[in-house]
Amino acid sequence: MHLLEARHLKKYYATQKAVDDISFAIEPGKIFGLLGPNGAGKTTLLRMITGIFFPDEGQILFEGKPFDPMKDIARIGYMPEERGLYKKMKIGEQALYLAQLRGLSKTEAMAGIKEWFVKLEMESWWNKKVEDLSKGMSQKLQFVTTVLHQPKLIILDEPFSGLDPVNSNVIKEEIHELARKGATIIFSTHRMEQVEEICDQIVLVNKGKKILDGTVKEVKQQYKQHLFRVGFEAMPALEQTPVFTVADTGRDHALTLKINEGYGPNAVLQTLIQQGAVIHSFNEVLPSLNDIFIQLVEGTPATRQFSKVIS
Amino acid sequence: MSKISIIIQREYLSRVRKKTFILSTILTPLAMVAVLGAVIWITVKNVRNEKVAVVDPQGVLKSTLPSSKSVSYQFVADADTGNYTDKGFTAILIAPNTGINKGSNFKLVSEKSLSRMSNERIERDISHALENNLISTQLKIDPALIDSLKKQADGVSIEAVKKDELGELSSSNFDLASGLGYITAFLIYITLFVYGVMVMRGVMEEKTNRIAEVIISSVKPFELMVGKIVGIGAVGLTQFLIWIVLLFGLSTAMSALIPADVMAQAAQASNGMPGGAGNAQASDAIRNIANAQATLSTINWPVLIGCFIFYFLGGYLFYASLFAAVGSAVNEDAQDAQSLTFPITIPIILAIVIMINSINDPSSSLATWASIIPFTSPIVMMSRIPFGVPDTVPYWQLGLSMLLLVAGFLATSWLSAKIYRTGILMYGKKPSWKEMLKWVNR
Repeated sequence: MHLLEARHLKKYYATQKAVDDISFAIEPGKIFGLLGPNGAGKTTLLRMITGIFFPDEGQILFEGKPFDPMKDIARIGYMPEERGLYKKMKIGEQALYLAQLRGLSKTEAMAGIKEWFVKLEMESWWNKKVEDLSKGMSQKLQFVTTVLHQPKLIILDEPFSGLDPVNSNVIKEEIHELARKGATIIFSTHRMEQVEEICDQIVLVNKGKKILDGTVKEVKQQYKQHLFRVGFEAMPALEQTPVFTVADTGRDHALTLKINEGYGPNAVLQTLIQQGAVIHSFNEVLPSLNDIFIQLVEGTPATRQFSKVIS
Repeated sequence: MSKISIIIQREYLSRVRKKTFILSTILTPLAMVAVLGAVIWITVKNVRNEKVAVVDPQGVLKSTLPSSKSVSYQFVADADTGNYTDKGFTAILIAPNTGINKGSNFKLVSEKSLSRMSNERIERDISHALENNLISTQLKIDPALIDSLKKQADGVSIEAVKKDELGELSSSNFDLASGLGYITAFLIYITLFVYGVMVMRGVMEEKTNRIAEVIISSVKPFELMVGKIVGIGAVGLTQFLIWIVLLFGLSTAMSALIPADVMAQAAQASNGMPGGAGNAQASDAIRNIANAQATLSTINWPVLIGCFIFYFLGGYLFYASLFAAVGSAVNEDAQDAQSLTFPITIPIILAIVIMINSINDPSSSLATWASIIPFTSPIVMMSRIPFGVPDTVPYWQLGLSMLLLVAGFLATSWLSAKIYRTGILMYGKKPSWKEMLKWVNR
């Protein structure tokens, strides 16, 4: 059973189709990446999943049943991109307040906060105010308040912005830990290297539509361009061949070859060996998500134009 | 515990525990009383006791200069400008030698110049003595008789008596009622603004911090808005209760601490009132205080305080939800907020204008209707209530006004909740009122 399933979600605003018929499903315990350029409709999508907005059309299923914001909200943790914290409030009280609003009792909340504060080395922060914290510190606090009530579904919007590498790793570890314990995580970002590192499954949206869906591996396979990188003992002089074309001459005695339609890696190696080249290394070059992202999004205007919705 | 009460608690505690709240709540009445006390203290302290030696060879004054606390006279035959200080006097008053019965030609010699008040006092004493002197010598009447006649005529004050529907007579003090009406109506006006803007700022803070997004993913927008409004309203109520208790406490402590004659002197000194003998004046002042207490007791305090709290809360709820709607619609730009709050402030300012009118004529139809319509009723009704509840403000008017105010704040909170729900998550340019009305219909 899917933990969360979105079916043909639509949300139209007066001037644009923010979310236009998006469907996807997330398995429990997976880390799901929601990607897209700015203004693609990610936030609107997340707001529908968190019960802030109702979809105009379509259905959200949570654990197989229609999503009921009033009931299911306690099982969801949402961390928006910007720091959603009261500046003048003390850290401890703030964490307690937000946990109580999520439906925890005071004692449960206190126990949870103590545990997390110890884990993330935040014990000394209790009586500090948010305005005294650095951006990274408040990001950490916000992460704690998001996961404190042990939600089944955790939605993180750019969780690493403002964090140094050390703290990024700490949070990354915690995200993996939460997923191991059975939580499902939706991770919205446009930082592709993080997605490759963390996510099991990704969905790419652009202009309100889903343009890509699958595991990271699948996606990379789908968009691979049959490129191979070959290292040589010494640069060979290559003759023209129908098997491949040279995509990048490169440095350090290495070439990037594009295999032509109808041939495989074996054919390439054979051709190279026949031509007397001494091969040192041979490996496939898969496109980075970043390349795929740019390839798919490019050509569409960088920002969405406003247009009248005819519906 | 329900989520809304958690929100109320946070809104309340986070404000009540602020240093500025504690300071302003406790210090405001303390400062008021302290300033009052300081004024009285200074005026009392400033009244130096001047010992004046009087030289009156012709007997113009007939040894009848009455001493008072500020100036004491002593008729000394052998004093002169050369030796009065040695005899322990601060000044010497030399009556004219010629025997003319005019008030001129008196000479007052002193080392340091006397205070204006002492100077006036001496002048008054002399003229009073001369007057008495002339009355007894030329009219052959006992001056004390004239004094007592004057006193009888002086005691004029208009007692406005209204005839109410039951034919019973109830007296009211117009000045006191209008003063009270003015103060209470103005207090409501100020609090509507102060707490309304506080609500607006709170909402704006939540919106610009993006915390609204976090909270709204766990509670309904309506709960967040109501929690904030109720929490801040409770802060206002707390502040009022503390003030009432402090003012009562301090004024009791003050009147217990300051001896009666000092109070009396203070009253006399601050009024600069002309009058007869010092002792008589003191008792006058006491009588004034007693009078004031009597008129104060004609006001129906439970009704006044009850209505004040009702109209404070009603008016606050009515306007605070509108302020919340504005706060949700704008971003951090204070100027945007200002231009959107303008339509809200118009009825409040209009209410103040009508209130000033209503104080002078609390039964006029303008005042009556303005005190029933919920936009202006909190302020205008408070200005009418001190004039008496069943007679100036009939029960049906009060009841209707209260009912409409309750209906009014239910309507404004419904309207605001709709705007708030959309506005709190909208970023970008400030919407117009027209757009906000569209959100209502969504």
